[in-house]
Amino acid sequence: MDLLNYAFMQRALLAALLVGVTAPAVGTFLVQRRQAIMGDGIGHVALTGVALGFLLQVSPVWTAVAVSVAGAIGMELIRSYGKARGDIALAMLFYGGMSGGVMIIYLAPNGSNANLTTYLFGSISTVSPQDIPPMIALAAFVLLVVLGLRRHLFAVCQDEEFAHVGGLPVRALNLLLAVTAAVTVTVAMRAVGLLLVSALMVIPVAAAQQVTRGFAWTLAVAVAIGVTVALSGTVFSYYVDVPPGSSIVLASMGVFLIFAAAAGRLRAAGWHNGGVRARRPS
Amino acid sequence: MTDTVAALRGASASLGARQVLHGVDLAVARGEVVALLGANGSGKSTAVRAVVGRVRLSAGTWELFGTPGDRFRQWARIGYVPQRTTAAGGVPATVREVVAAGRLARTGLRPPRRADKAAVARAIDLVGMADRASDAVDALSGGQHQRVLIARALATEPDLLIMDEPMAGVDLAAQRVLAETVRAQVAAGVTVLLVLHELGPLAPLIDRAVLLRDGRVAHDGPPPGGLEPDHVHPHADPAAVPVKGHLDRWTS
Repeated sequence: MDLLNYAFMQRALLAALLVGVTAPAVGTFLVQRRQAIMGDGIGHVALTGVALGFLLQVSPVWTAVAVSVAGAIGMELIRSYGKARGDIALAMLFYGGMSGGVMIIYLAPNGSNANLTTYLFGSISTVSPQDIPPMIALAAFVLLVVLGLRRHLFAVCQDEEFAHVGGLPVRALNLLLAVTAAVTVTVAMRAVGLLLVSALMVIPVAAAQQVTRGFAWTLAVAVAIGVTVALSGTVFSYYVDVPPGSSIVLASMGVFLIFAAAAGRLRAAGWHNGGVRARRPS
Repeated sequence: MTDTVAALRGASASLGARQVLHGVDLAVARGEVVALLGANGSGKSTAVRAVVGRVRLSAGTWELFGTPGDRFRQWARIGYVPQRTTAAGGVPATVREVVAAGRLARTGLRPPRRADKAAVARAIDLVGMADRASDAVDALSGGQHQRVLIARALATEPDLLIMDEPMAGVDLAAQRVLAETVRAQVAAGVTVLLVLHELGPLAPLIDRAVLLRDGRVAHDGPPPGGLEPDHVHPHADPAAVPVKGHLDRWTS
């Protein structure tokens, strides 16, 4: 494994590991709430944040965090107030984020087409040493929230009406989940890119639930799949010069197809409800 | 100390542009089993959701355990069974995971202790689903799913059980199982407020029926058929055959 001798590759693999853990972990809650598309929206909005970083000549990670958190809170408020035209409002937010990002990046002093592509589809060679500490800190925040509050987030995502009457701070938990999803997008943008980050939030979860029947197990299997495809996709991109986002997402699609086929075989053999024995989320 | 555990006083509420409740008075005393009846659109679901603070009143007040609703914080005392959600979550969840969500009202932010896990297991046992605790809820029948939602409400060990159409879409055999679960709770002193479309196997348990018509209380008193000689009291032999509710005749 000579690729581990390169410092840039070590950083790329660490970034992939962080993404592989955090994206499916947050994604499990988003998929549970049938908001699989939310990561996509945040990714679009985050592009404006990245572009602002270039324009202001500061680290794009922090401007991306700021803008995507604001965008995610906006999306959550639109969702929770259930405006009749909520879908249009969300779509406008996505388009605005994407077009604003593209325009600002071309106006920025050292912005360029090449820069844009690395943020949209990921890049293994551009994870700088300065990127690593914030990525670790942000990933730690994400894991702290989704693991520490998993029972509460589960309850809110599963049945909001019941959670309210149980006295849970539903609004606060929903906003926290939205903020966590936004932070995950910025953790992921280096490794898989803003256009493909949502795939890593959704596909491992979809693959995992082919073989699970409980929430805790779905979360665990999704994270295992996420780590596997993020690392293997990054390694693939080392040998074959393609953006890692594309290889990671295609790898997760492959895992999904294998799991779906296996689950189909098992069901045909009379094995009901999937395989992995479910346990309580504790 | 008051004996009224849940009350709406002069409650009016609107859903969108339509006013659904027009000055509804509803009081549930400790230990009572009250059925809220009415045709579709009569406002019975809205009334029960107003009792738990899920519908904002445009006029009137609501109280839980003698505390004005807006200041009420002891949510763990209430076991709530909302209308069975048609959309299960996008991710599978086991019976135990769903029921454990009901215990959060007691645990708050602290991790669950042994007593909490025992309470969850007991609630699952009470509805007769212990052998399905590790199964996915979306693999269950309508009646079994409803039992899981009741177990979730019981996991908090409530003083007041509020159920919105617990028998909807449940076959008669499963309705009897649910009725037996409710009967045991009533026997243990739990107060019950439930929305029903028809009395069914629950009829012998009901102390009082409140009939809503167009968002107003049209009747508040003994349940229809409640004075019939074969009326079975909550504390009577559980094997006694329940009377059939005559709601259709009563409401028309």
